[in-house]
Amino acid sequence: MKIKEIQEEIVDEFSMFDDWMERYEYIIELGKKLPLIKEEYKTENNIIKGCQSKVWLQGEQTDDKIVFTADSDAILTKGIIAILIRTFSNQKASDILEADMNFIDEIGLKEHLSPTRANGLVSMIKNIKMYALAFNAQN
Amino acid sequence: MLDINKIRADFPILTQKVNGKPLVYFDNGATSQKPQVVIDAISKYYQEINANIHRGVHTLSQLATDAYETSRGKIQSHINAKFAHEVLFTSGTTHGINLVTNGFAAILKPGDEILVSALEHHSNIVPWQMLCEKTGAVLRVIPMNQEGELIMAEYDALLSNKTKIVTVNHISNALGTVNPIKYMIDKAHEVGAAILIDGAQAVPHLKPNVQELDCDFYVFSGHKICGPTGTGILYGKEAWLNKLPPYQGGGEMIKEVSFEKTTYAELPHKFEAGTPNIAGGIALGTAIDYMNEVGFDNIQQQEKELLHYGTKRLLEIEGLKIFGTAKEKTSVISFNIEGIHPYDIGTIIDKLGIAVRTGHHCAQPIMTFFNIPGTIRASFAFYNTKEEIDLMVAAVKKAQLMLS
Repeated sequence: MKIKEIQEEIVDEFSMFDDWMERYEYIIELGKKLPLIKEEYKTENNIIKGCQSKVWLQGEQTDDKIVFTADSDAILTKGIIAILIRTFSNQKASDILEADMNFIDEIGLKEHLSPTRANGLVSMIKNIKMYALAFNAQN
Repeated sequence: MLDINKIRADFPILTQKVNGKPLVYFDNGATSQKPQVVIDAISKYYQEINANIHRGVHTLSQLATDAYETSRGKIQSHINAKFAHEVLFTSGTTHGINLVTNGFAAILKPGDEILVSALEHHSNIVPWQMLCEKTGAVLRVIPMNQEGELIMAEYDALLSNKTKIVTVNHISNALGTVNPIKYMIDKAHEVGAAILIDGAQAVPHLKPNVQELDCDFYVFSGHKICGPTGTGILYGKEAWLNKLPPYQGGGEMIKEVSFEKTTYAELPHKFEAGTPNIAGGIALGTAIDYMNEVGFDNIQQQEKELLHYGTKRLLEIEGLKIFGTAKEKTSVISFNIEGIHPYDIGTIIDKLGIAVRTGHHCAQPIMTFFNIPGTIRASFAFYNTKEEIDLMVAAVKKAQLMLS
């Protein structure tokens, strides 16, 4: 599926929730289900330090796509990571570079991607794009 | 006894709703809310007497200068400094500490030692590390125990004739521990070392008496005692302030300037280059008046009750652990719930209107000591109530339910 389509699908899912509590419960559930990053990738190199929570991100190229795995020590952060992984993993570098992030606003999670939250998510998106940029340049 | 409803009515922000819920403000350790009199003092300054100080002969400039210097006098008497010129206006605690560390760069030699406590905020660690890099001095750390208390036997052992300055907070921001500063000051002086007390977390709860304490420097911020942000005080003993070189060059801090040589102004102006935060300095005086009207006995009584009640109620929650259990502590409760990240709790209770601080509280070495990513910190002020604590406890329980 294309990034845009996945984003629309996520927006659809979130439109079913009436209030913040249901949204958060869903994010917590996503966080719990997120496949863990391999321990060997939980390195200093892959860590994104926020003031509040930590994020680990690892990107690998398979064929013409990039596969991302990630983890966090906070469950809400992890749930949002799950959403980002679903959107950006297994996509072409060029598509990742073009993608916008407006859907985060549409599902009511904009505040979590604000630089002031210092939860590592803003840097995570930046790093996803950096991976894409690097893989794009290689090819 | 405090008339709590009357006190709360002094703070317009407390009637706010956040995320549709009544605001419960328990982040007083980060900054306090402002009473109407302080807000009014700021507008009154700009509406009636705004002019640059210490310069003009015109009436407004005189009025502004008088108001600013009156405020300095209020702070002098509040902390019982011997002279008004020992009270320097700064932009806050961080500024005050940097002014001192900058001055000591001219005094310290390689191999000299600086003692810093394990309980410090980053702003009382990093400037000293920078000073060490500049001078070749060595930073030594006074350790703490599991309760979050500094170990005095270790402190005594660290002190030597190599020790040139000791720096310690009066009260820890992350844990609320009240440090035995009188003992520490006397011990530092026995080996001929100077001592700086970071009073940022102490001044909201007590009135420091700098002459009785006999500390060489005492720094604090205005915004934690109902004053405006961007204000602060550095108290320094006259002899030390004369000895230290100026921090910033500019207007107001000079006596005479020529391209060959400049001579510096007398205290306090030597350290107050440029146009200061005049409105802020004046309103800080108003804030101190306000705190004194409420009365520090009343403040301490109310906060003690809140600490006691908050501790009791929070400990009802299964798996909750409090960090910082010193015998002497102020109204700060730093806690975690087993298996749940503090960020997750903080985020959910924010949705329920509860404002607490989560994270490492700019005191990473303390978190490393306890081997935790951070804590949730509820810090109470005299305008908080037991009912608000009940709301917080209910919110934390709800968050725990959602997260486990």
